[in-house]
Amino acid sequence: MLFKISLSNIRKSIKDYAVYFFTLVIGVAVFYVFNAIETQTAFLKVNEDQREMIKILTTAISGVSVFIAVVLGLLIVYASRFLMKRRNKEFALYMMLGMSKWKIAGLLLCETVIIGIGSLFVGLLIGIGLSQVMSAVVANLFEADMNDYRFTVSASAILKTIFYFSIMYVVVILRSGVVIGRCRLITLMNSGRRSEKITMKNPWLCVIVFLISAAVLGWAYHTVGWDFEHITERRIGLAILAGIVSTFFIFWSVSGMLLRVIMSAKGVYHRGLNSFTFRQLSSKINTTIASMTVICLMLFVTICTLSTAFTIRNSMNKGVEDNFPVDFYGRFALHTHDSSDDSSYHTGNIDDVYAQQNMSIYDDFGEYHHFYDYIESNFTFDTFAGDRKEELTGSSMSIYAMMNFTISFLKLSDYNAVMKLYGQKQIELNDGEYAVSANAAGMPEMYDKLLEDSTEITVFGNTLRPGSKKCILSSFYPDIQASNTGTIIVPDNAVSEKYRGVDYFVGNYSAADKKGKEAEEKTARDHWNYVLRWYKSPTENGYMSGIETRIEAANNAIGIGAIVTFLGLYIGFIFLVSCGAILALKELSESADSMPRYMMLRKLGVEERDISKSIFRQSGIFFLLPLLLACLHSYAGMRFAKIGLDLLVTENYIKPIIFTAVILIAIYGGYFLLTFLGSKAMVKEQK
Amino acid sequence: MSLLRLENVEKYYGSRSSLTKAVNDISFSVEKGEFTAIMGASGSGKTTLLNCISTIDRVTAGHIFLEDTDITSLKGKELNRFRRDKLGFIFQDFNLMDTLTAYENIALALSIQKRSAKETDKAVKAVAEQLGITDVLEKYPYQMSGGQKQRVASARAIVTEPKLVLADEPTGALDSKSAKLLLERFNYLNHEHGATIIMVTHDSFTASYASRVLFIKDGKLFNEINRGGDSRKQFFDKIIDVVTLLGGDVSDAL
Repeated sequence: MLFKISLSNIRKSIKDYAVYFFTLVIGVAVFYVFNAIETQTAFLKVNEDQREMIKILTTAISGVSVFIAVVLGLLIVYASRFLMKRRNKEFALYMMLGMSKWKIAGLLLCETVIIGIGSLFVGLLIGIGLSQVMSAVVANLFEADMNDYRFTVSASAILKTIFYFSIMYVVVILRSGVVIGRCRLITLMNSGRRSEKITMKNPWLCVIVFLISAAVLGWAYHTVGWDFEHITERRIGLAILAGIVSTFFIFWSVSGMLLRVIMSAKGVYHRGLNSFTFRQLSSKINTTIASMTVICLMLFVTICTLSTAFTIRNSMNKGVEDNFPVDFYGRFALHTHDSSDDSSYHTGNIDDVYAQQNMSIYDDFGEYHHFYDYIESNFTFDTFAGDRKEELTGSSMSIYAMMNFTISFLKLSDYNAVMKLYGQKQIELNDGEYAVSANAAGMPEMYDKLLEDSTEITVFGNTLRPGSKKCILSSFYPDIQASNTGTIIVPDNAVSEKYRGVDYFVGNYSAADKKGKEAEEKTARDHWNYVLRWYKSPTENGYMSGIETRIEAANNAIGIGAIVTFLGLYIGFIFLVSCGAILALKELSESADSMPRYMMLRKLGVEERDISKSIFRQSGIFFLLPLLLACLHSYAGMRFAKIGLDLLVTENYIKPIIFTAVILIAIYGGYFLLTFLGSKAMVKEQK
Repeated sequence: MSLLRLENVEKYYGSRSSLTKAVNDISFSVEKGEFTAIMGASGSGKTTLLNCISTIDRVTAGHIFLEDTDITSLKGKELNRFRRDKLGFIFQDFNLMDTLTAYENIALALSIQKRSAKETDKAVKAVAEQLGITDVLEKYPYQMSGGQKQRVASARAIVTEPKLVLADEPTGALDSKSAKLLLERFNYLNHEHGATIIMVTHDSFTASYASRVLFIKDGKLFNEINRGGDSRKQFFDKIIDVVTLLGGDVSDAL
């Protein structure tokens, strides 16, 4: 009997439940898809580096899943509470007919179980389907071949999904049990009589609150997005707090002012259904300020996360192509342990290391160059910038310029040899001239300013003047990102070998195909590790050494890019779905409550088209308002992210933002469309 | 030529096996400037008839003409436009927008006709004057008494200067004092403005304010009386006579 009533209840309120169910299904499906990545990728033929990356990815995903589960749990509790409120009258009827509270709680239990099992079943089915697509995406990202592809179902992910969602449903059941236990018949019966009181906020208070919040928000934007000199953790924390609080008050004051502003424009307000539309909207926003704030902030996080993730991914892949133009890169230096000296690594020769084992590094490579950089320990960026340091760092967006680092020198012949190996442009210098090479974000522009002034430098006992007014965009050492903060190239005769810094070796393998290169890399790597393991240092202070290779860098870049993208998408999807669901539920239930009003409009002879237009405007503005503010937040947030990302990223931001917008429009816009069509159908229904 | 003409209007509900003839072959006409009351007991089909005239419901058979237009043949957009431009409605439960002030409720009827704000303002103030609701214009429905609400609803119905005002039990939710006040306003609108009003009621007192009363029983036209030169009291007595004849319960009729 109980089961029958619950089933018919669900069928009856299918309109209310449709969005809820739809959201649950998406939640389950996304949860499954991301947690099934481990199983889905087990068959892929990838190398060890990539396998390692996938492992990190899956670990990260299971960590994030806990957070996601909490977000989804909150959403489900909110939605179910919301749906329950709408059924107070029904519960009142049951109680009046003499049904016990236990029975009603049982009824709710039945309903939750039916919906829970249904959503899990449908969601998992969709998830299993989508995860096959996901396999292809992962394979594509890691450039693995899909020949061994089989249809896979991940039992562990299914169990995990069921486990997490069961917990959420149990929480929902307990909550509704408590709510039913607490409620009284009289409050239930009266709950249908909505307070029809229209509270108009004091318009002046609204204006004042709005101005204050806008000012506070402006300060927060300025702090995180523009005022980089004074940035501290404390100030960032304060700015975030200020942002959250002022977001709330902006919605609070806008809900009060919106109507006033429109009303003051009599011509607009009394045109068509405008008066009705804006009254509806204003009362809707008035009752959802808190949710609006949460939604706005979630959208903000989503926009920032997604676009940052895409930026990192794009620049990772591109970074290796651009900045790692050589197969192998090794460095070696002896430790001087001279505490008075900043750059404590000096001299040392990798040839000696190999020679101790009767080997030669040159045997492992087709073409190569072996060279040193030169360091004068008290010549730093500050020395170079001189009294213009303040001015340069003040106007600059580069985080590097705020640090003081030692600038290293390179002989012209070495620089040109390296550039030849990299296939990049070589330069010419006359005696007594120097050139600057840099490519880290913001730095070349800064050097340009210094070079324009023909800043002279005195190093190794020589005074040099700039050979060109332009900084060269290049780096003598390979990296996965453009990270050369500045190297000065001087004529060979301007340096003395006693200032030798680190010993560098860059080389290409002789094989041309991928397989050959991989084999050679293994040999080169083994040799390097072997000779260093048995190396006896001539001094007691030890040495530093390191190698990086193009293949490894590419794998790392792909791996980091993939991890960041997947996590971004995972969080972004769930956040967008949550935002959309909350707004849709609210809007649809409002439409259901407003049905008599629309009926009356029809009796007054309002055309269908005008009613549709009114509904479109109501849901449109309702969805747009938090998005607009979130976009503003994101602009400041992205500026902040940009200075952090400059360490990693040189990519432009247009493409990632377009990607983000597409995803946002697809999901958030999808919910909007669903809401609009749902409301329209609901209002039309009773003719 | 009469303003409204009903020709053999029928409205059936249900299936072939259990047919309810809510309106069963009714014909009559209403002249311009007439104040007509339609009386009948609960379930006699009077509201169904009004719904057919107001195009809220469709007739099963027959025709209804307003001036030259056969409103039973109107469809979709035309229907809405017809209701918007030609008819004014007054309901038993007022049907005011609870989110709008009295002023906005009245103005809504004009703004959906796409009238200018200036014109609207003038018309709303004028009609409020006539119905004595000028001082409640800025109030919301929940701040008004039932009588005030019904007068606001009436103002909304007539502000567009419709050809025909349809009132469904307008005094049903009012106390006798408010009801009397409202009906006097109806009379005023009828006499001074020449508004054509059709009012459905089961209350003889309310009906006695009309110039003509039609009685409906079981979906059929049962009787019709005209006030002529009678005083309202005399007319009321005549109505009571017919109601008794109708066999309606007295408590139901009064």
